[in-house]
Amino acid sequence: MSSEHQPVGDRFRRFRDRLDGGRSGAPGGQLSGQSDAGLTAASGRRGGRRRGGGEELRVPEAEFTSYYGRPVLKPPVWDWAIAAYLFTGGLAAGASLLAAGGQLTDRPALRRAGRVTALAAVAASTGFLIEDLGRPARFHHMLRVAKLTSPMSVGTWILAAFGPAAGAAAVAEAAPLLPERGVSGLARRVLPPVGQVAGLAAAATAPALATYTAVLLSDTAVPSWHEAYRELPFLFAGSALASGAAVGLIGAPPEQAAPARRMAVVGAALELAAAHRVETGLGLLSEPYRSGRPGRLMSAARALTVAGAAGALVGRRSRLVSAISGAALLAASLATRFGVFHAGVASSRDARYTVVPQRERLERRRQAAAGTGD
Amino acid sequence: MLPDPNSLAGPLDPAPEAGWSDAPPRMGFFTDTSVCIGCKACEVACKEWNDVPTSGLDLLGMSYDNTGALTANSWRHVAFVEQPRPAGHRTPPFAGNPTDGSTSPSSAAVGATTGNPVGTEPGEPTGSPEAAARMAAGPEFLGMPGTQPPGRATGPENRSDFRWLMMSDVCKHCTHAACLDVCPTGSLFRTEFGTVVVQEDICNGCGYCISACPYGVIDRRKDDGRAWKCTLCYDRIGVGKTPACAQACPTESIQYGPLEELRERAAARVATLHERGVPEARLYGHDPADGVGGDGAFFLLLDEPEVYGLPPDPVVTTRDLPKMWKKAGLAALAVAAAAVAAFVGGSS
Repeated sequence: MSSEHQPVGDRFRRFRDRLDGGRSGAPGGQLSGQSDAGLTAASGRRGGRRRGGGEELRVPEAEFTSYYGRPVLKPPVWDWAIAAYLFTGGLAAGASLLAAGGQLTDRPALRRAGRVTALAAVAASTGFLIEDLGRPARFHHMLRVAKLTSPMSVGTWILAAFGPAAGAAAVAEAAPLLPERGVSGLARRVLPPVGQVAGLAAAATAPALATYTAVLLSDTAVPSWHEAYRELPFLFAGSALASGAAVGLIGAPPEQAAPARRMAVVGAALELAAAHRVETGLGLLSEPYRSGRPGRLMSAARALTVAGAAGALVGRRSRLVSAISGAALLAASLATRFGVFHAGVASSRDARYTVVPQRERLERRRQAAAGTGD
Repeated sequence: MLPDPNSLAGPLDPAPEAGWSDAPPRMGFFTDTSVCIGCKACEVACKEWNDVPTSGLDLLGMSYDNTGALTANSWRHVAFVEQPRPAGHRTPPFAGNPTDGSTSPSSAAVGATTGNPVGTEPGEPTGSPEAAARMAAGPEFLGMPGTQPPGRATGPENRSDFRWLMMSDVCKHCTHAACLDVCPTGSLFRTEFGTVVVQEDICNGCGYCISACPYGVIDRRKDDGRAWKCTLCYDRIGVGKTPACAQACPTESIQYGPLEELRERAAARVATLHERGVPEARLYGHDPADGVGGDGAFFLLLDEPEVYGLPPDPVVTTRDLPKMWKKAGLAALAVAAAAVAAFVGGSS
């Protein structure tokens, strides 16, 4: 219920004011077919300017019928916290893989940085997820059921497995700080092997944690998320690898960071390739990934990914260059997640992205039926 | 028991699939918009019976529809559309009359951006001014009705004809309900009548159902943080009563009953309308072979679905879920392989 009580007719008066404003304000006053044509042409130009724009030229003219221009769908109620979770979840997964690699190949700096980051990121993830609930105090209702048809339920259980393991592995890093005598001395001896097992358990869950979030977004009616279900898992996989590797580039000396550099390059390549397919391969539904705020975020992510991967390769002897590259990769991953998130929200806010693809699908079906009928 | 091969998409009887033994026949709504008079008694009756909070009293300025959309605080929504087209039967005084719009594109454009403080999120999302203006400018005009009868201001020779479309929208109670599939708490469940209901003592307001619904029905209340929608009056139908909206409908535009029977009745009604010269009459959501396996609440429409704000070809998102998990599995393998390769490859 609305707490503020506006006088009845307030909206009408504002409506009238805006109409008047529209009339007196320069050429845009009478929105006409003319300005619509201008809008369509503008989006066409935007498409044409991009490299390899052959596919965008096919984007159909966005003529569609709607109910007063209102969206068909409800846009997601999720806010920035979910976009941030996409990043921290991927970061936790990537960092725990890096830590396990460091543990198995005896690179303690990688192991330590990875484990500590994984715990911090998974703790932040849990915070973001609970913060975004309409009823945060009921977060544990997620644990009532386990449902394969609900990616959020699957994710809950993945996090329930990953979180404690990552936590135990990170706590084990504190063993050398404990006094050698008494109970703490016992803990000092017991913790490292516990940490080894926990670290491997976290790493075993990490690939699922890194990729299920793509299904979380795709398994919705949001047009630009659903249609990207083939590419998003790889985009998020690449993003998670790159951000996890970035932790190694920042937190480990250059002589231990070689695997992190390789991981960064592989992750960046995967991220760039999948992002390119999302931005160009979905026809009309690629448009939200290229325009407005999501478009700017995706471009920033691309530039930062390229810079970060190049820096990781070039700066193999410099701790400073490595760290800067790592920061660039982290920023790239963050921009990718927010870009994908906002592109989907934009696609659900505009009836065009719901109606036009569904109309085309109906038309194709009609033609196919007519073809077989003859 | 093995799950039905159609458990994610295709024709199915949902209640037995959900585990009900000896389920009663599936119940639903048939909303015949050709006899709707736009009185909104359904909206009021629903609010009264279900104790649904207020959703704002102000005017939206786009038409006689001031509810705007289905929200957590409006479980029935009467859409209202005026079109510059001859009404159903072309009686001699109106035969051959020209048609013309009664609003300007600019007022339609502003109307697309209005909203009431309905107390829910996302509630009543605003629309695209360009799209609304186009509706008013083009032949598919939709807009704020004029205040005068046609021809009053311009003289009888310029009098134009028009028609009004009214439609009481509601939750579709899909055979394959995406909201129910994606609910991570089990708050949404399938009743023995095949309908879909939210258990408010379970819902924790995660909002997944809201993004999953292909019709934009379910919504979250701001003050209590939980998702709410039409229950098809689960409390009433459980004791053999008719849902409040259907009970209140003065023209039997909203009909409640066993779905099989409603489908037969609807097919007969369409045939009658076609016979009487209303070729544009068509059913929406009646087909068990459609993208959501058929709706428990379906409609007879007099224009394309999107004119009423309905998606023309909705598909339940979980139809593609097996493919999504497969892709995610491949991507997860790629992550593991990349991590292994990064550590075993190379020498440094």
